[in-house]
Amino acid sequence: MEKMPHWADVILIPLISLILAAILSALVILAIGEDPVAAVKLMVQGALGSTYGWGYTLYYATNFMFTGLAVAVAFHARMFNIGGEGQAMLGGLGVALVCLLIPWPHWSLALIAAILASMAFGALWAAIPAYLQAKRGSHIVITTIMFNFIAAAVLNYVLVNLLRPEGSMDPATARFPETVHLPTLHEMLAPIGINFSRAAPANISLLVAVAACVIVWLLIWRTRLGYEIRAYGHSETGALYAGISPVKITMIAMLISGALAGLMAINNVMGEAERLVMNATEGAGFIGIAVALMGRSHPFGVFLAAILFGFLYQGGAELALWTSIPRELIVVIQALVILFTGALDNMVRMPLEKLFLRMNRGKS
Amino acid sequence: MDFLTIIQILDSTIRLATPLLLACLAGLYSERAGIFDIGLEGKMLMAAFFSAAVAAVTGSVWLGLLAGIASSMVLSGLHGLASITFRGNQLISGVAINFLAAGMTVLIAQDWFKQGGRTPSLFDQGRFNPITLPFAETLEPVPFIGPIYAELISGHSILVYLALLAVPGTWWLLYRTRFGLRLRAVGENPAAVDTAGVSVVGLRYAAVAICGVLCGIAGAYLATALQAGFVKDMTAGRGFIALAALIFAKWRPWHALYACLLFGFLQAIALRYQNIDLGAFVVPVQAMDALPYVLTVVILAGFVGKAIPPRAGGEPYVKER
Repeated sequence: MEKMPHWADVILIPLISLILAAILSALVILAIGEDPVAAVKLMVQGALGSTYGWGYTLYYATNFMFTGLAVAVAFHARMFNIGGEGQAMLGGLGVALVCLLIPWPHWSLALIAAILASMAFGALWAAIPAYLQAKRGSHIVITTIMFNFIAAAVLNYVLVNLLRPEGSMDPATARFPETVHLPTLHEMLAPIGINFSRAAPANISLLVAVAACVIVWLLIWRTRLGYEIRAYGHSETGALYAGISPVKITMIAMLISGALAGLMAINNVMGEAERLVMNATEGAGFIGIAVALMGRSHPFGVFLAAILFGFLYQGGAELALWTSIPRELIVVIQALVILFTGALDNMVRMPLEKLFLRMNRGKS
Repeated sequence: MDFLTIIQILDSTIRLATPLLLACLAGLYSERAGIFDIGLEGKMLMAAFFSAAVAAVTGSVWLGLLAGIASSMVLSGLHGLASITFRGNQLISGVAINFLAAGMTVLIAQDWFKQGGRTPSLFDQGRFNPITLPFAETLEPVPFIGPIYAELISGHSILVYLALLAVPGTWWLLYRTRFGLRLRAVGENPAAVDTAGVSVVGLRYAAVAICGVLCGIAGAYLATALQAGFVKDMTAGRGFIALAALIFAKWRPWHALYACLLFGFLQAIALRYQNIDLGAFVVPVQAMDALPYVLTVVILAGFVGKAIPPRAGGEPYVKER
């Protein structure tokens, strides 16, 4: 017998976890002497009250969709890819090389090439931990953490010693040429008569991110490979009996995961900064963990959770601007979400399961 | 490179290795009991802030140390609650703790001191000051031995000596006491420990608590001895280097000391030289930064001696299935 209905597992538990995280966050805001209600109002106003706010919210959400999907795909194969940050950094390197080295006639061609390059670089960075997990049994969490730091060192070296333009002190690449500029939402929506903020960085990558959500959904639930990934994640021995190769699934799931994390670079590097800087990822790789946990590793859940975190990010920036609450409040909220939806999942689940069991017993 | 430079580099090796060593031993207790801990970084950071904050307010570094230990133990308790009581994912809990510390420290620091997420600088009694060991000054003129004793061995803060003593202490506790035997057993085969009538949950909480104390000392050392005050994100990945050292040491106390000294040495070199000219080619500073992580991956891959973690590590214990 099912312990509780499916809807409770998918909707009720994340919702309760979210509410718990929100209550604690409100207490934190109270403790530092600010008004939580006013803070929420300010966040909603700042993040959703104008097309400028929406532009930033959607820009951040685009990043988190990519990294959230990356973590989610690995979760389906019961792996914890904590290396999204490093994979996204390397993806940025791929985008920068494509945009700087090849004179593109049109942005659309450059975007296709950038997508391929960022995915390849991200996948490459995930490939070594994946291989070590599959073949040598090295714990993927530890190796991907280490690869985040190695990625930072590699990027630091490449930016300072190789890609930095002559005479520049800033560890960053030159600006990408004008031809690879991606259309922003302002430029895309203006022809159909919608006046979207010109300053906001949301761009066509958003559509790529939404497409990625759909493709990942198709992959996980509508293909043979997706079935094998889920079967492997559910029971390794079961998968083995069914003739599914653990080495193959580990490698493929991690390569897809790394490619998705790398893909984030088309948004933050190509779409927004239009050059590669140090720390371009700004922790988005880690937020992917919170997004995937909250979205229950389902692409649609990831989509919603990414927008929520985009809202938190932009709202948090507005809070830091207008009140004495520093931006780090978002990091605390992020931590609480990870804690409640991930680590303390059973704390919410156990009482609920008991409740549903008792209700079912009453019926029968 | 002259003799004095070598002494200075080794001296800074010891100072930089100390927080790594304390955090590494902290992780050792936890992981030997079967609780993975990637939240070392967060616990150190929290302790660094609270030790500096309390030391700044009260002017007593010892009260600061206590506050640091207490704050680190609160996070340890959270980790225990999530991973022992509620059988949650230990890795996810560790990630959450790291973010919680990164956010809370700046939030509270800004609220208390309004200095952009840092504490005021610490002076005199607010810091752990260097201790001059007996005869250090009299022995200094003696060639070779004198500078080694006066510069390298003497003149560190008390926490450095404490960290060094913690190594044999940990070895003795783990390998020569009943508690240690049980602690190691609970990380390998908790069901056997349970059958013997010893509480798995109690042992694991004890291990996590020791981990909290040591991380607390490590954090306090960072903020009140190595530096004079807390700044945002001051642990700068040391918790992860400690984790790397722990794997490098294959979860053994003496090897943890060697691994931390090696990684501390790499940090000391990277701090002193930007690029190292080896004649044929130049080693960039970034390579020195990445080396601990690369070494750990190589060790994990098992190409140079395999690192095998405690068998029950990362798995919550369920009494009956």
